[in-house]
Amino acid sequence: MSLLEVKDLQVRVEEREILHGLSLTVNPGEVHAIMGPNGSGKSTLSHVIAGKPGYEVTGGQILFKGEDLLEMAPNERAAKGVFLAFQYPVEIPGVTTWNFLHAALNAQRKARGEDEISSPAFLKKVREVAKSLNIPQDMLKRGVNVGFSGGEKKRNEILQMALFEPAVCILDEMDSGLDIDALRIAADGVNALRSPERAMVVITHYQRLLNYIVPDVVHVMSKGRVVKSGGKELALELEESGYAQFEDAA
Amino acid sequence: MNVVAKTETGRALGDAFAVARDRLPGKGKIAEQRREAFEAYERLGLPHRRIEDWKYTDLRALMREVLPLAPAPDAAALGRAAAAVKLRAIDGVRRLVLVDGAFAPDLSDLGKLDKGLSIRPLREVLDAGDSALSAQVIATDVSNPMIALNGAMATDGVVIEIADGTVLTEPLHIVHVASGTAPASMFTRSLLRLGRDTGATLVESYLAGEDAKAYQTHDGLIVAIGDNARLDHVRLVEDSVDAFNISSATVSLGAHAHFNTFGLTSGGHVSRYQLTVTCSGEGSKVETNGVNLINGKQHADTTLFMDHAVPHCASREIFRAVVDDRAHSVFQGRIIVRPDAQKTDAKMMTRALLLSDDAEADNKPELEIFADDVTCGHGATTGALDESLLFYMRARGLPEKEAQALLIQAFVGEAIESIASDPLREVAIATAQRWLQARA
Ligand SMILES: Nc1ncnc2c1ncn2[C@@H]1O[C@H](COP(=O)(O)OP(=O)(O)O)[C@@H](O)[C@H]1O
Ligand SMILES: [Mg+2]
Repeated sequence: MSLLEVKDLQVRVEEREILHGLSLTVNPGEVHAIMGPNGSGKSTLSHVIAGKPGYEVTGGQILFKGEDLLEMAPNERAAKGVFLAFQYPVEIPGVTTWNFLHAALNAQRKARGEDEISSPAFLKKVREVAKSLNIPQDMLKRGVNVGFSGGEKKRNEILQMALFEPAVCILDEMDSGLDIDALRIAADGVNALRSPERAMVVITHYQRLLNYIVPDVVHVMSKGRVVKSGGKELALELEESGYAQFEDAA
Repeated sequence: MNVVAKTETGRALGDAFAVARDRLPGKGKIAEQRREAFEAYERLGLPHRRIEDWKYTDLRALMREVLPLAPAPDAAALGRAAAAVKLRAIDGVRRLVLVDGAFAPDLSDLGKLDKGLSIRPLREVLDAGDSALSAQVIATDVSNPMIALNGAMATDGVVIEIADGTVLTEPLHIVHVASGTAPASMFTRSLLRLGRDTGATLVESYLAGEDAKAYQTHDGLIVAIGDNARLDHVRLVEDSVDAFNISSATVSLGAHAHFNTFGLTSGGHVSRYQLTVTCSGEGSKVETNGVNLINGKQHADTTLFMDHAVPHCASREIFRAVVDDRAHSVFQGRIIVRPDAQKTDAKMMTRALLLSDDAEADNKPELEIFADDVTCGHGATTGALDESLLFYMRARGLPEKEAQALLIQAFVGEAIESIASDPLREVAIATAQRWLQARA
């Protein structure tokens, strides 16, 4: 069974249709890239998969392991194994990263009927992951993303991804605002999480990221639809010829 | 209509005062002061919305009448109170318990007092006829009707004196308990005097026994902080859901004195706390912090009057209200900087978080500045929880109520952080968490 199946998805925001029948099938172990110009609806797709309020699904379906994802609250989706690395991670002053991650992990475990993880075990786990991503300990004591640089915020997203061990990871413009070193660290973090059971959907509008996270499938999105799919060479092709050729196709 | 209401209210209580008079400690001059205080109350009656200070807390509409005096607690009442006290016991403090308006020696700890510390029940002080002390306790501001009434009717309380140079090692904990099986009023008044170069921590809790009926707590605290002295004060209002708590604290600071106060109101149906702080010695410092956590049909009013009478004093107010359901939070903060009070540094920041469409918060900050060389400011905001933060947290697996709880804790955190004592800060955090868990 495929892990994530988006079927003919139509989505409106404030009376305006943004996605006009988008389909996407992601199988375990696969890495998909979604490329497309600004405003083509990539973030909208990621938000709808994660369950952000404010979007009206007027048609189509999203199945996760065969279950109707659209019926689930955002926290249920997370507990089932859907993870979105945000394009713009928010800052949460007054809630320390430690506390937040511990509470979130335990909430997910509880929802799955698993035992809660104790503070010492949690600390050990989070310290290991943080170290592998070059995240200093004192960042974890600060408010979530408060005072973090762009690169630190993105690394914090990947830290969470590693901690929650989701089945599907959607990475929305993970490369935006990162210099080449930061990008490499983040991409290494993502690559370390690739596994035969896990799938990734990497959203980007630059080919650059895909040199580091090499996809199995590339989709081109334009004006709320997937207009072309192909292998990793499609990304290179786009790099050379740009998106213009697809604008008309959409 | 109002005239009728006033007459009825006035008569019922006038009778009650006549009946209660024999039970009120203090003869001669004290009895005279009580009568004057009662007359001052009767002239105004229960405050209503057309009196500016009571605009948001109309006691005629909310409370309607003052209930008759609670009977002195019997063994059964003391038993119920003891259970309530035990449930909210704080470790490492000296406990002083007032049950239904009467000092309860058996539930209190008066043993092995530090040198320089004196604690006596108010009843004992008034009966002993110490006129100077009695005058300080009873003859206070009668222009405020509820403070006047409290002075007229106070049956008991604690009188605490800390001699010059004494720094207490153990916090004092005054616990007000309503044991009541019948609706009734309690009137208590306490005095805390800190000499020069002293230090103390005072905790006040308001509790009810299980199944306590609707009751009214009328409490007054008078505090004098001597030169170079420091008082840390934590006040926790956890009255039962249909209780009224009408309290006041009047605090004066000497030179280079420091007053740090924190109040948390999560209980009670209607509460009003009138805090008046006067900097009367140069170089004194005041930190006033408060949190309301209310829901259902609760109404919680904190009315602060910060009086800068002399130069070189600093005051900070941080107030946070979290209001759910149809609850109503009121914060009135008035800062006055008198003509002589140059170099005053006064700041007040109040924020309200509304968790439902029907929740209401009134913030009324007021600055009256009569000196020209001062740094003063205030700010007030009211808003809802940030949806984008909530979504982020839910996308990480936190159920909505848990995500809200973390954001609410963060919101009240700055005020709670101001508590200097680690264990007492933990007590306040635990109290806030009880409220959050109850709504989850
Ligand atoms: N909350 C919103 N309200 C109104 N329009 C929106 C909203 N979010 C996105 N849009 C519009 O939807 C389109 C797709 O946006 P988005 O999904 O962010 O694209 P991308 O991520 O590919 O840049 C854009 O035209 C954008 O203006
Ligand atoms: Mg986007």
